[in-house]
Amino acid sequence: MLRYILKRSLSLLVSLLIASVVIFAAVEVVPGDPASYMLGMNAQPDTLAALRDELGLNGSLIQRYLGWVGGMLQGDFGVSYTYRTPVAGMVADRLAVSLPLAIYALALSTAIAFPAGIWAAARRGRLGDTMVMGATQLGVAVPNFWFAMLMVLVFAIGLRWFPAGGFAGWDKGLWAGLHSLTLPAIALALPQAAILTRVMRSALIDALSEDYIRTARAKGLTRGQALRRHALRNALIPVLTIIGMQFSFLLAGAIIIENVFYLPGLGRLIFQAISARDLIVVESVVMILVFGVIVVNFAVDLAYAAVDPRLRARE
Amino acid sequence: MTLLAIDNLHMAIAGHPVLRGVSLELAAGEVLGVIGESGSGKSMTAFAVMQLLPDAARCSGRITLAGRDMLALDEPALCAMRGRYVGMVFQEPMTALNPLQTIGDQVAETIRIHDDRGQDDALRRAADALTRAELPPERFPMTRYPHELSGGQRQRVVIAMAIALRPRLLIADEPTTALDVTTQAQILSLLARLAREDGMGLMLISHDLAVVAGLADRIAIMQAGQVVEQGPVSLLTRGLTHPYSRALLAASTHQPARDGGDDGDVILRVRDVVRDYPGRRTLRGRAPAFRAVDGVSFDIRRGESLGLVGESGCGKSTLTRAILGLEPVQRGSITFRGQAVHPAMGNDLRAGMQVVFQDPYGSFNPRWRVDRLVAEPFHLAPVAPDVARHRVAEALEAVGLRASDMQKYIHEFSGGQRQRIAIARALVTRPDLILLDEAVSALDVSVRAQVLDLLADLSDRLGLTYLFISHDLTVVRAITDRVMVMQAGRIVETGPTAQVLTAPQHPYTRALIAAAPTLPTGDAA
Repeated sequence: MLRYILKRSLSLLVSLLIASVVIFAAVEVVPGDPASYMLGMNAQPDTLAALRDELGLNGSLIQRYLGWVGGMLQGDFGVSYTYRTPVAGMVADRLAVSLPLAIYALALSTAIAFPAGIWAAARRGRLGDTMVMGATQLGVAVPNFWFAMLMVLVFAIGLRWFPAGGFAGWDKGLWAGLHSLTLPAIALALPQAAILTRVMRSALIDALSEDYIRTARAKGLTRGQALRRHALRNALIPVLTIIGMQFSFLLAGAIIIENVFYLPGLGRLIFQAISARDLIVVESVVMILVFGVIVVNFAVDLAYAAVDPRLRARE
Repeated sequence: MTLLAIDNLHMAIAGHPVLRGVSLELAAGEVLGVIGESGSGKSMTAFAVMQLLPDAARCSGRITLAGRDMLALDEPALCAMRGRYVGMVFQEPMTALNPLQTIGDQVAETIRIHDDRGQDDALRRAADALTRAELPPERFPMTRYPHELSGGQRQRVVIAMAIALRPRLLIADEPTTALDVTTQAQILSLLARLAREDGMGLMLISHDLAVVAGLADRIAIMQAGQVVEQGPVSLLTRGLTHPYSRALLAASTHQPARDGGDDGDVILRVRDVVRDYPGRRTLRGRAPAFRAVDGVSFDIRRGESLGLVGESGCGKSTLTRAILGLEPVQRGSITFRGQAVHPAMGNDLRAGMQVVFQDPYGSFNPRWRVDRLVAEPFHLAPVAPDVARHRVAEALEAVGLRASDMQKYIHEFSGGQRQRIAIARALVTRPDLILLDEAVSALDVSVRAQVLDLLADLSDRLGLTYLFISHDLTVVRAITDRVMVMQAGRIVETGPTAQVLTAPQHPYTRALIAAAPTLPTGDAA
C-alpha cells in the first residue's frame, strides 16, 4: 500500500511539473508579446515597458519560469494587472465560494445517484427502472442553467425560500452561506446526478451478472443482500472515476451557474480575466485549477486502492 | 433414505423448453454422477434444485429436498435452505469468489447468514471449514484475498463455503473442469471424503465420463433436457443400453485411425531454447527474471505428430509463442525448414506454420464472413483473389464443411464447426506445420472425437506435421506419435506416446498419469 501511495505521489509531482511547463509555455513562449497583447494596439511605449518589467519579461526563459514557480510555491501568484491586487487573495476569495459549491453539488449528486442507481439496478427492466432511466435522460438532456432559472422562479421569486442570487458570505455563519449556495448547488447537481445514476446502475448490473453473485446466492443471501454486500463495492470503481471527473468539472465549470446566481466564483474570475486580457490572473488561476484536478485524481487513485485489494498488491 | 427426489421436472426459459421430464433420486451419503454434453440440461437441473434460475424460467413437476417441496417454497424459505441444506460448488473458481473480500469473510458469511453468533464465532467456524477443505488457516491465513490463491486453492475456498454448515446435499457443477489434472484429482478426492464424512449426498455434474466413473455410486446420462439412462456406475463397464450413452462412451475413448508418423526430414529444430521474462521493476532495480522455458531441445520430423503435455504455468504456451516467432528467445535457436525463427522473420516462413487455439469463438472477428476469416493468412503469402477464393473453398471442404458456408458469419456455426473453420484457416496457406494449442479442449466429447478424426485424416492426406499441445492425456494418446512432458520450463521426458503413457520413467510423468481419471475397462460400446 505504501509503495502504491509513493508511486502515485511521484506521478502527481510529475504531472504538476509538466502542467506548469505547458501553461507557462502557452502564455509566455508562444509568439507575440504578452504585454502588447494585454494593453492592446494603442499602448504607450513607456506603459508597455513598465508592464514588461512587471511581468518579468526581460529575464531569460528559465529565469522567468523558475521565478513564476518559485513565487507560487511561496504563495505569491503575482499582482493582477486590471485589479491591482495580489492574485493569491483574489483566488482565495473566489475559492471560498467555488470549493464549497463544488463539494455541496457533488454531495447532492452522490446522495441522489447512489440510491437511484441502486434502486434502478435492483429493478432492472421493470417499471421503477424505466422511470429512473427516463428521469436521468431528462437530467442529462436539460441544461443546468434552465434548471437554475426554473428554481429561481419557483423557490426564490414564488416561494421566497431562497435568495435569487448573490452570496451572503461565510462571516454571517455557515447556515447563511449554505443557504445562498443551495439553489446553485442543486442546479449543478441535477445533471451530474443523472449521469452518475446511469453509471451506478450499469456498473451494478455488470457486477450482478458476475459469478460471485451466484456464489453468494447459493450461500443463502437474498438478492438484496447479494447486491449490498457483494455487487456494490465491486461497482464502485467506475463510479469513483466519474465522481473524480465531476468534481474537477464542478470546480471550474460552474461559470454559467455562477452568472445566473451572481456568485463571485472562480469561473467568473477566469471569464473576467480573459475578457480583460489579464494574463497574470489567467496563468495563475489555470495553474491552481490544474493543481486541484490533479489532487482530486490522486485522491481517486487512493480510493481505488482502498476499494480493491488487487491494486494494492500489484503496485 | 431419499434425500433428493426430482420427479418429472419440466422447465422452460422464456417459453423455450430446457428440461423435459427429468426424474432423479439421490440418497444421503450417495454420489450421483450426472453426465451430459453442453446444452443437455445437467447444470439447469442443478440450478432448478437450488431454485437459482433466470427470471424467465418456469418449472413444473416436483423437487423434494430433505422433505421440502422446493417448487412450493417462497423466496425467504428458499434463502433459508440454500447454504444450510444444500451447498453448491461451481466450475470457474477464478470468478466464483468476490475479489474484494478476504476468504475468511466469505466463508464466514455462509455461517452468519444462517446462524449468526457474531463475527468471532463465524470466523472460528470458517477456519474449521477451511481446514476440512484442506486449506488450513495456519498455512493460508484467512485474511488472504482470492487473487493471492491458485485456482485449486480458490476451489477449496468455494468448497469450504458450501460445506461450512454441513449441508445435507452438495451439488458440484463441473468442479474440476477448469483445473489441472493433479489438482483435479485432489479436489475430487476431497469432495468424496467430505461426502463420506458428513453422510452428505453429492450430485457431481460433469461432461467427463472418467471423472464421474471414479467417484459416483450411480450415474445419470442426460441429453437434450432428458435423462436417457441411469443406474449404478457399473453400467459403464457392464453395458449401457441407450444408443446415446453408448455413443458418448465410445467418443470418450475414441482413437482415430492413423497411419502414424513417417521418418521424414527434420522440419522444426529447437535447440537449448531459453525464454526469460524480465522481473518487475522495483525501487531497488529489477527483480530476478522468471525463466518460463529452460533449455528445451527437440526435433519434429515431417509428417509426425508430436505431443506436448504439462500443467498450466509449465511453459507450454510460452514455448508455442517462441516457435511461432512471436517472441524472442534469450538463448538457443529455433529453425524451421532450415531457416532461423525470430520475431522479424519473413512472411513466407510464417505462412509455413499455422496455429489453432482453444477457444473457437474468441479467435474470430464476429463481423467478418467466413471467407474473409479463412482467407486471413493470405496476407502472409498473397495470391490472386480467384485463387484465394478457390483455396478457401478447398480448405472448407477439407474440414468437412461446404464451400457455400463462405458467406456465413461465425455465430451461425456450432462450437465444433467453428473449430473446423479455425483448422480451415490454418490449412489455407498449405503450411507444413500446424500447432494445435489445446485445440479440442473446449469441445464436447462427441465433437472432440470428430475433430480428432478430421485431424488424423488431414495429416494422412496432406502430410501435415502437428505439434499438439494439451493438458489432456487421453487426447494426446489418441493423436500423437511421440510425446514430451514439460514441467517448470523443462522437458522431463520424451518418447513414443504409447511407451511414455504406459511405462513412464520420470516421477512427474508418473504423477500426471496417476492423477488422470480413467474409465474402467470393460466391453465398452
